[in-house]
Amino acid sequence: MFDDLRDLYQEVIFDHNRNPRNFRVMENANRRVDGFNPLCGDKLTLFLKIDDHVITDASFQGSGCAISTASVSLMTEIIKGKTEQEADTLFQQFHEMTTGKTEEVNLEAIGKLAVLAGVREYPARVKCATLAWHTLDAALKNQQEAISTE
Amino acid sequence: MTTYPIDQIRADFPILGETVRNKPLVYLDNAASCQKPQAVIDSIVHVYSHEYANIHRGVHTLSVKATDRFEAAREKVKRFINAGSEKEIIFLRGATEAINLVAQSFGKSQLQAGDEIVISAMEHHANIVPWQMLCQQIGTVLKVAPMNQKGELIFEEFEKLLGDKTKLVAIAHMSNALGTINPVEKIIAAAHAKNIPVLLDGAQATPHMAVDVQALDCDFYVFSGHKLYGPSGTGVLYGKQALLEAMPPYQGGGDMIRTVTFEKTTYAGLPHKFEAGTPAIAEIIGLGAAIDYVSAIGMENIAAYEAELLAYATEQAEQIKGMNIVGQAAEKGGILSFTLDHIHPHDIGTMLDSLGIAIRAGHHCAMPVMDFYGVPATARASFAMYNTREEVDILMQGIKSLIEVFG
Repeated sequence: MFDDLRDLYQEVIFDHNRNPRNFRVMENANRRVDGFNPLCGDKLTLFLKIDDHVITDASFQGSGCAISTASVSLMTEIIKGKTEQEADTLFQQFHEMTTGKTEEVNLEAIGKLAVLAGVREYPARVKCATLAWHTLDAALKNQQEAISTE
Repeated sequence: MTTYPIDQIRADFPILGETVRNKPLVYLDNAASCQKPQAVIDSIVHVYSHEYANIHRGVHTLSVKATDRFEAAREKVKRFINAGSEKEIIFLRGATEAINLVAQSFGKSQLQAGDEIVISAMEHHANIVPWQMLCQQIGTVLKVAPMNQKGELIFEEFEKLLGDKTKLVAIAHMSNALGTINPVEKIIAAAHAKNIPVLLDGAQATPHMAVDVQALDCDFYVFSGHKLYGPSGTGVLYGKQALLEAMPPYQGGGDMIRTVTFEKTTYAGLPHKFEAGTPAIAEIIGLGAAIDYVSAIGMENIAAYEAELLAYATEQAEQIKGMNIVGQAAEKGGILSFTLDHIHPHDIGTMLDSLGIAIRAGHHCAMPVMDFYGVPATARASFAMYNTREEVDILMQGIKSLIEVFG
């Protein structure tokens, strides 16, 4: 029935929405930033543990739509073990992919995150996917204040 | 309801024949804005093709024609809400601008620091923020009358808020987020017993029920044209003449003056005092056409048809496991706000859109209502005079399918 939406709602997204990974409060986090999308009410708190420029742990709390939940869940998986520089590069690539700035998605670099490429066909939903990454960007820059998509 | 001309009505709205994502459009976002009948579209084309010039200015033929048509629209609005005089009908951009006008003109001239304004817990942001701005400017205090879990105003609590310091009650005739129809007669009687004027936000009520401002005895009534099947950029402020006379202009400019010198300006009389600058001429004339259209069908007939449609939709919704109706007031207009267990409203909105169904997903410009129910957002199907049971069935089938897909 929802054939037209297969690019947007792939099974991986339903899976991460049902069972979000790294969905916990991290007591020993050394970075913690809140992200908020006031248009739809998506709220998340991102926790990072960064040791010697390497993200050794990542987790989140919050509530949002399937796209935003899957996006932050996937993100916490992929950034674990990455250096801050590598995570920042991923942020740039993810942003370009979801906003359609590059036609070609570098699948090798972006890996599983490619399941979110479909949002670029749905301008009203792009911010659902990018909220997690803008929150990460703020955390990497060690900003304390909450970030908002608006 | 066998006499309700639903097929003719649907044929009168060209956009209802559109397809969205290769599916026939099912338009259920009427509380945000309604679609336009051909008569309204034609009236705008006609004005620009044959009768357009600026109004209240030239002596030339077109200006006179356009002025006549514009003022005829005022007469139509007057009759539509049964105002006592066309001087009490102010044309503005929308209900939002009308409330801002009352806040800035009535509020600033008649209220002072410590005075209280009473609103309700179910207001649209347009009936919250203008009052908050006034409070910041002159030190008035905003009081909020609570509602119960069904989304009904708790009348006893509302009454308790009416005190010596209360100088205005501003309340929704019908809630956009919940569909609740407020007991406005009781509200007005209680406020008037203490000499407190009442503003009704009729943005949601006017398309769905007959409104008689003299019978209600409200002091101000505001509504938007685009929710009444008319063009966007149109709105109406009704105010009792004595109140409007005592209020200073809201904006300065052309059309609202009698004489201007560099030393002193005298203002035009009502209603022009509040209509600075060139208004949305063709659109206001289009609003007149929209009023003609709904009046020909009859607001009572529309109200009865929509009540039956809402009852049917509610009955269907109650049978869907995991679907929760938000707003279950005993007195309700054609709005079905809902949540689905474990499925975010934005996912609902996108998935229904892929089936050609347009609903609203979000906070409906009523964030305090969302906070009250402890949800970030709701999905909202809102009905208009052209919606059908078949469309309700398509909606419900879509909801059942997406619950399945999400698992």
